[in-house]
Amino acid sequence: MLNYVIRRLLVAVPTLLILIIICFYLMQTAPGGPFTSERPLPPQVLANIEAKYGLDQPHYKQLYNYVVGIVTQFDFGPSYQYKDRSVNDIISQGFPVTLTYGFISFVVATIVGVSLGVIAAIRHNTALDYIAVGATFSAQALPNFVMAPILIYVFTLKLGLLPGGGWNGGQWQYLVMPVIALSTSFFASVARITRSSMLEVLNSNFIRTARAKGLPETTIIWRHALKPTLMPVVSYLGPAFVGMITGSVVIDIYFSTGGIGRFYVNSALNRDYAVMLGLTILYGGLTVLFNLLTDLLYAWLDPKIRY
Amino acid sequence: MKMTSKTLVGALLATTLIASPLYAAGTHPSTGEALADNQSFTYRLLDEHSSVDPQIVEDTSGADIVRDLFEGLYNQDADGNLVPGVALSHTTNDAKDVYTFSLRDNAKWSNGDAVTAGDFVYGWRRLLDPATASPYAWFGELMSIEGASAVLAGEADPSTLGVTAVDDHTLEVKLTASLPYFALMTTHGSTFPTHQATVEAHGDQWTKPENIVSNGAYVLTEHVPSERSVRVRNSMYWDNDNTILETITSLVINDENVALTRYLAGELDKTDVPAGQYPKLNAEYPDQAHSNPRLCNYYYTFNMSGNGNPAFDDVRVREALSLAVDRSVITDAVLQGGQFQAYTFTPGLTAGFVTPDVPSASMTQAERDAKAMELMAEAGYGADNPLKFDMLYNTSEGHKKIAIAMSQMWKQKLGAEAVLANQEWKTFLETRGNQDFELARGAWCGDYNEASTFLDLLDSGSGYNDGKFNSARVDELLTMAKTSSDTQPLYTEIEQIIATEIPVIPVYHYTRVMMLQEDVKGWPFENIEQNVYSKDLYVVAE
Repeated sequence: MLNYVIRRLLVAVPTLLILIIICFYLMQTAPGGPFTSERPLPPQVLANIEAKYGLDQPHYKQLYNYVVGIVTQFDFGPSYQYKDRSVNDIISQGFPVTLTYGFISFVVATIVGVSLGVIAAIRHNTALDYIAVGATFSAQALPNFVMAPILIYVFTLKLGLLPGGGWNGGQWQYLVMPVIALSTSFFASVARITRSSMLEVLNSNFIRTARAKGLPETTIIWRHALKPTLMPVVSYLGPAFVGMITGSVVIDIYFSTGGIGRFYVNSALNRDYAVMLGLTILYGGLTVLFNLLTDLLYAWLDPKIRY
Repeated sequence: MKMTSKTLVGALLATTLIASPLYAAGTHPSTGEALADNQSFTYRLLDEHSSVDPQIVEDTSGADIVRDLFEGLYNQDADGNLVPGVALSHTTNDAKDVYTFSLRDNAKWSNGDAVTAGDFVYGWRRLLDPATASPYAWFGELMSIEGASAVLAGEADPSTLGVTAVDDHTLEVKLTASLPYFALMTTHGSTFPTHQATVEAHGDQWTKPENIVSNGAYVLTEHVPSERSVRVRNSMYWDNDNTILETITSLVINDENVALTRYLAGELDKTDVPAGQYPKLNAEYPDQAHSNPRLCNYYYTFNMSGNGNPAFDDVRVREALSLAVDRSVITDAVLQGGQFQAYTFTPGLTAGFVTPDVPSASMTQAERDAKAMELMAEAGYGADNPLKFDMLYNTSEGHKKIAIAMSQMWKQKLGAEAVLANQEWKTFLETRGNQDFELARGAWCGDYNEASTFLDLLDSGSGYNDGKFNSARVDELLTMAKTSSDTQPLYTEIEQIIATEIPVIPVYHYTRVMMLQEDVKGWPFENIEQNVYSKDLYVVAE
């Protein structure tokens, strides 16, 4: 097990390196640069600014310096767009915001989704099932960029219950709408996967055996059916978790949270190379980490899997 | 004398009370209006500003904040006229190439240091020093300061710049040419002073709230990137006694419809009106919806570099395309925010500029269309030989609507087929800057209130002249205008050349369409540059 974890972490190093290289060269091929502006900079100014950020050096050297900076000093470089901030500043400000609303949304989506899925499965083909299925389909059909303005319209303008956006250090009033908007489509997916997986498990032989032995239904569901049901759910939740905590540009745009998703999109548009690379590494690292955790969870859920 | 903490607090309170008279719950010192208890102002920003460093900032949202945090030689009043800032007055020599500014002796930085002429010298050198890499360095060059070009090119030391602190309160500026509107340019943020010790101590980080030292009516107290920025009154500001607004908060809200919803819910005091919604909002909230002229133009430029569409070499084709654009459809049906139809490049409300008579402006649209069809036929284009060209704009819903409307007009009236292409901003700039287009969108907001801020864009040597229009006469007239005391005939001739040669299709001149809560007063609606000084705003009691 430990060997497996170490091996996986070691493989992550070249994976991330390849990610950095691809990302770096993709950025370089995009037209325009960080200092392209409507009125072109005088050559001397451009030369100076490029020298300041090391952009006058050959690509391989820029890349090398960047990676060395990360490894030796954990320095992800400066932002070219926001001169008084480094990539580390941007991550340390935006990531906690995104992590907060992403994590809460994840928990909400998982609890609501799994409960709804299980209820729908054990009350298969009853009114409860139809309501649950109806709810998940509606939730899935409502993308968050439609949901967000509607929520703001209802809760802020019409009811006057919640602030229409902002973060304010993450007070709960500011969290409600981002969490609803972000978790909706996720809980719908979780519920649908849980429902179909549970239905399959409930029809399997070992459940029939358990029922034949006369075990009460609650014990069957909790003790025997739930764990195998969660297998496909977990494989969905791993990447979904990374997706949620690395932010949603839609949430950031509509709720002005100051989260990291908006920075990521902006960095690409502004050709803010270091910010873009830094955030890509963060996303890449988290993806690798949570894929590993998902695999470890598998082993716990399914005794047949051993590493 | 030994001070106990109680007496200290008492003393502090007393000085605070003396230093800042409590206007809250009082009346306005000059208008006598009853003031609200809560003197705070919250407004929407489209996106995070790039910087609050006067010499670095390049976006208008950042420039608005800089205007509150720093103060230059002159400010503008509600009508856009110059009023004293740090400078009380100035004199010039007969040749108008040496300006001497007398600075007030009570101006202070937020840390208590006196604002001196040396601070301006430092700021201006910093603007032009290639090491600063200011995106607005060209503005210093445009101001014709002696030595600016050499400093900017790295050929001379910044200390050779023609700006001198004669003494602490006298600033002398030498120009390479007589520039009648020089003083007007000192309201631009890039000419504001900066505090040398702070910049040197903190480097790029000096603009963070914990480091910044500024000399304006407000100080920066909080900045959460992409969320909010807060500025509060600067107790050291020389005119703090007459400043009423206590706190100004800018919130970054990317989506304009969400911003409008939040405005209507009372969370904002000011926001922008999304395109097309002005008539409805104006009907519903006549006292809150405002549309005021803005010093900006919107146009399409032909590529005249030789790389473009050969059909555009024919002036008849360019003229036909320009004539066939029904500006009223764009202003009244697409934008609906009181924008002005444009037949000249320079907005009509630019100071000291009278819109010249150009033939197309006085024609009816039916006459324009008839002439356009005639010209196209003469140029050899018709149903059997339709004109086909590419039309480029930067990605935006608004630009798309306008491009579609224009291309439809050309299709219906002239049978011409415009192939629309949009690119995201940086790619667009690169494409346009490399003359890799046929017809491209352009827009410009004046950096100062004088026609040359627009017409300079058509100078053959201008870095912004992406269409590469090249007219020796226009260049000559622009050079003459720099030093002329009567510029109107020169600008009239330039506009007439533009109207005949048609290097660009002027489409409309901007308005700023916004919602402002009724209780906020002092907004400079008549200032066409839309330079807002928060120290002049106040909130009245309901």
